[in-house]
Amino acid sequence: MAHAEVHDHNTPLEYQSETGRLNILGFWIFLGAEIALFSTLFATYLVLMFRTADGPTPHELFELKGVLIETFLLLTSSFTCGIAIHEMRRRNRKGLFTWMIITLALGAGFLGYEIYEFVTYVHEGAALGTSAFWSGFFVIVGTHGLHVTMGIAWITLILIQVARRGLTPQTSAKVFISSLYWHFLDVVWIFIFTAVYLTGMVLHNG
Amino acid sequence: MKWDEFFVTGDPLIYGADVSIGLTVIGILFYLTYFKKWQWLWTEWLTTVDHKKLGIMYIASAVLMLFRGGVDALLMRVQLATPDSKFLDSQHYNEIFTTHGTIMIIFMAMPFLIGLINVVIPLQIGARDVAFPYLNAVSFWTFFIGAMLFNVSFVIGGSPSAGWTSYMPLAGNELSPGPGQNYYLLGLQIAGIGTLLTGINFLVTILKMRAPGMTLFRMPVFTWSALITMIIIVFAFPILTVALALMTFDRLFGAHFFTLQGAGMDMLWANLFWLWGHPEVYIVVLPAFGMFSEIISTFSRKTIFGYKAMIWAMIIIAGYSFMVWVHHFFTMGSGELVNSVFSITTMIIGIPTGIKIFNWLFTMYKGKISFTTPMLWSLGFIVNFVIGGVTGVMLAMAAADYQYHNTYFLVAHFHYVLIAGTVFACFAGLIFWFPKMFGYKLNERIGKWVFWVFNIGFNVCFIPQFILGLDGMPRRVYTYSAASGWGNLNMLSTVGGFLMGVAFLILVYNFYFSFRYSERENTGDSWGLGRTLEWSTTSAVPPHYNFAITPTVKSFDPLIQMKRDNVDLKPKIKDIKKIHMPDNSGVPFFMSAFFFIAGFGLVFEWFWMGIVGLIGVFITLIIRSFDPNEGYYVSEEEIKETERLTV
Ligand code: HEM
Ligand SMILES: [Cu+2]
Repeated sequence: MAHAEVHDHNTPLEYQSETGRLNILGFWIFLGAEIALFSTLFATYLVLMFRTADGPTPHELFELKGVLIETFLLLTSSFTCGIAIHEMRRRNRKGLFTWMIITLALGAGFLGYEIYEFVTYVHEGAALGTSAFWSGFFVIVGTHGLHVTMGIAWITLILIQVARRGLTPQTSAKVFISSLYWHFLDVVWIFIFTAVYLTGMVLHNG
Repeated sequence: MKWDEFFVTGDPLIYGADVSIGLTVIGILFYLTYFKKWQWLWTEWLTTVDHKKLGIMYIASAVLMLFRGGVDALLMRVQLATPDSKFLDSQHYNEIFTTHGTIMIIFMAMPFLIGLINVVIPLQIGARDVAFPYLNAVSFWTFFIGAMLFNVSFVIGGSPSAGWTSYMPLAGNELSPGPGQNYYLLGLQIAGIGTLLTGINFLVTILKMRAPGMTLFRMPVFTWSALITMIIIVFAFPILTVALALMTFDRLFGAHFFTLQGAGMDMLWANLFWLWGHPEVYIVVLPAFGMFSEIISTFSRKTIFGYKAMIWAMIIIAGYSFMVWVHHFFTMGSGELVNSVFSITTMIIGIPTGIKIFNWLFTMYKGKISFTTPMLWSLGFIVNFVIGGVTGVMLAMAAADYQYHNTYFLVAHFHYVLIAGTVFACFAGLIFWFPKMFGYKLNERIGKWVFWVFNIGFNVCFIPQFILGLDGMPRRVYTYSAASGWGNLNMLSTVGGFLMGVAFLILVYNFYFSFRYSERENTGDSWGLGRTLEWSTTSAVPPHYNFAITPTVKSFDPLIQMKRDNVDLKPKIKDIKKIHMPDNSGVPFFMSAFFFIAGFGLVFEWFWMGIVGLIGVFITLIIRSFDPNEGYYVSEEEIKETERLTV
């Protein structure tokens, strides 16, 4: 556990404590579980893809523009999150804060668009209970959105801790882990974009 | 909802249960207050993050659940003992077989094994604790509160009645109205969080916290089995999480995943359930295999035969466990091709299992065997488990399964694997490591009675069920006609069931008897035959930091090597250094209380209450995140005193 350890300069801050290293490995395994979770949701969605019953089809409702904006916002946020970690490793607290806050703002923008999209669909007659297809749609996209929401809240809490305690091996491990989570959500979104939106628009066309 | 619907009313059995629950609670409260034990309970147990104590709490809860599940079983057996019996009505019977199955698998088998893993694994790899001790406490408390939530259904609101498999549309709102099925969904969901966290925790622990010199292929077989089980947990439990959540959406928010309306797909549930469910049966049997390996090797005084084959067999089983799920519904329209493929994968899984059986036999071959009770349970396991395995392969033949499926033949099969595998292992492991937990052994003479009564009872109970099944008696029916001719065998089966009940009571008596009269152990190697590091501690019950000095491992079966080299296990004063340990915490306890509130609210669809509970959960998460949780140091003086080292 937390002993004084000797490190060369190449060891990143977040890897400098035993606890930090264990936490990071544990989090990678957690991400493995998350992959299993989203895989199950994808399988469910794909199985239910053509089961629209009497409700609208995705082809009628999906709108590429909003989804592209969401995608752009989230992808950019992953990039800025990467820069934030880079700044952290340079022990530049200000840089870390600036880039992380930009990341969170982009995340919030993504969420805003997503909520708007959901509300629109509901107004157009497609809600959770409309058909198996829409149940699958709202749950998979909603689960991702919920993850983004939690990510924003969590990173905010961690930033408060960094502000209070400074960049220690403990706090930097937390920042690093939350950044892994953020990138992961980005990857999941790419799959959602492909499997849900593109496929939904193309396959339902015919 | 009216109050008379809130509490389950009208059944004398339930009133009896109400009274006994009430009396037990009052009894416990009185005991704690009268003997001024509250403080002790809180600091020593409820807030502990010590893997050994958490393990003991897991095991205690599991034994309690074994009792509850066992009472369910005996009620069912009473009802079935005679044809056209009126003891239980059909609804009540359905509730009881549902809670029996669910409790035995989720709240008895898994926590029992996880409890033993908790106690033993960190010791076996020479670690001071698990990688995330705090998370370990969260795991325990979420499991515990999930189990409590599920059990409350019995007296408040009514129990689920759609079977532990909860197939749709039976488990949907139309056919299972009321809160019962919601209890199933939320109780399992909350407990599942704990299981997943355990998976992550022990993976990291085993991968990263092994004593110096313990390479992967020097790890004891039990540690290997735990490692592989945790991998299965990490990949299988999220599937259950999703499946439960989707059904919750169907029931609470009108979604159409598995419903008949809205183009939902009921078979999707069956697939998701068994995609988790089959790996789950290996989650509960691999640790059992691991424990039997330790016990058989120890009491045969021989190193395990075919160590590497044992491990590869488990790895192959783990992989295959995700590729056989369809064998649970061959009859539900999958078609010949799909059935054939899954028939073959299922039979293949029998091969590594068979290899393991032979390895255990060869381990005993020419060994000098001590017939202690853990060894007896292991021998009983080998014999009975083979019956379970062979009948499993019979069921695996898709065409033949049309005959066996949903009959008592299937019921007998899975009891032969689950009882002879998992339950025997839990008993064997508990007895074997009992001195590690409490510092004294369970009485061997009484233990042998438990073994024989249980074993005879077990076979008397389930062999008739094979015959009944072949004769066409379906499972999950609450009664049958006298004309069917099934009366005698059912009566016999019930007698066997009660014999197992008697054995359980003798076991409980043994807990009491041994607590009073057993000789206290004064070495760490209680059986005198220990091979692995948990037996190398200086005292019978290891101190909270486990090892004053982290052991160094030079070979497989490290303690045997140390004994051969005449290594003095007593630490030297000059080597003692202060030890860093994690702080206790009450947060997991409160977190689980909020989970209970949230779960209970959702069960009754009181969404305000669900939200209040969830907010509470988040607050506890935030509190923990802001706690610097630096732990503390055990001073050199304290260690010297504990280890009885004098200058
Ligand atoms: C040689 C290995 C095994 C084979 C080939 C096998 C095969 C099967 C098959 C084909 C079924 C479905 C039969 C039907 O529904 O008609 C089944 C059911 C079952 N098996 Fe096994 N099995 C094996 C080992 C195990 C083990 C090790 C366990 C648990 C420790 C287990 C627990 C169960 C349970 C719980 C069910 C029934 C669940 C239910 O429908 O409620 N099996 N087995
Ligand atoms: Cu199976």
